[in-house]
Amino acid sequence: MTETWVDGNALGGALGEIFAMDVTAALGRCAGCGRVGPVGEAQVFTRAAGAVARCAGCESVLIRVVTAPDRVFLDLHGLSFLELRPAPATP
Amino acid sequence: MAGTAVLRRLSWQVGTVAESRPETATAVTLALDLPEWTTHLAGQHVDVRLTAPDGYSTQRSYSIASAPSPGRVEITVQRVEDGEVSPYLVDVARPGDELELRGPIGGYFVWRAADPEPVLLVAGGSGIVPLMAMARTRAAAGSRTPMRLIYSVRGPEDAIYADELRRRVRDDHGLDVSYAYTRRAPDGWNGVAGRVDAARLGAGGWPADLAPRIFVCGPTGFVETVADLLVDAGHDPGRIRTERFGPTGG
Repeated sequence: MTETWVDGNALGGALGEIFAMDVTAALGRCAGCGRVGPVGEAQVFTRAAGAVARCAGCESVLIRVVTAPDRVFLDLHGLSFLELRPAPATP
Repeated sequence: MAGTAVLRRLSWQVGTVAESRPETATAVTLALDLPEWTTHLAGQHVDVRLTAPDGYSTQRSYSIASAPSPGRVEITVQRVEDGEVSPYLVDVARPGDELELRGPIGGYFVWRAADPEPVLLVAGGSGIVPLMAMARTRAAAGSRTPMRLIYSVRGPEDAIYADELRRRVRDDHGLDVSYAYTRRAPDGWNGVAGRVDAARLGAGGWPADLAPRIFVCGPTGFVETVADLLVDAGHDPGRIRTERFGPTGG
């Protein structure tokens, strides 16, 4: 049985404490296969310590984030770029 | 800088429960007063953190149910048996209680009332919550953007917001709602019980030619099935936004 996962949106809170711009709406390129897409489309697994986001195309690890009481560990080596933009605030 | 968010990182804030309103036998809406809350977008979520007296702390994500309103946000919580957070929020939290909350979160699964394209919302169970925020935001903004909702529930008693949706279909011009009852259809309902399938998506949704914006929210398997059916029906995968619940919810 394959492990279930949630969408990249789930990383929004943890990454929102680090970045001033929303990372889930940002475009990221997978360092493994080159796929470009919103981080919100990634497959997020939360069974491990912290959370792991994998590419929706090739399942390579894009992001790992582990929040400890006194620090945050962030591994972005699976992303070869991130394109962030400030979102309009109007509803 | 009108129309541009002030950029700032998220941090935890303390909210006070203003109201606890039952929605179904297992779901409640909590209205929270948050002095620092300015606005949010329909579809965003918050993280709620509970800390026990011994310092053990745990958190879960909940979709925002309400349209934007300064100082106030509503979440609807479905009780997950054996959950660590939802039983407290559903059964214990009462007006005056304080909760730690972080948000609003997410810029991906969001709908803005200024978007002109027709909208299709597909909800499985409590996946209705962020989609209800979209219907409420549409009404609050006076938007006439055509919006159709397909809502899959086990039976009529499991439908959250059923009365309000009935009223909105009557009063909010251009909002349609259709139900898929997976186990028990209501008496006198003109249809058969069953899951959301291609026929239901065709009848209750939009043709792919109209290039609607599509938001699908529900349990992982539901979202997977619906997203695949929509792509098979010719919808552009890039226009389908999804939000899956985790295996534990909680």
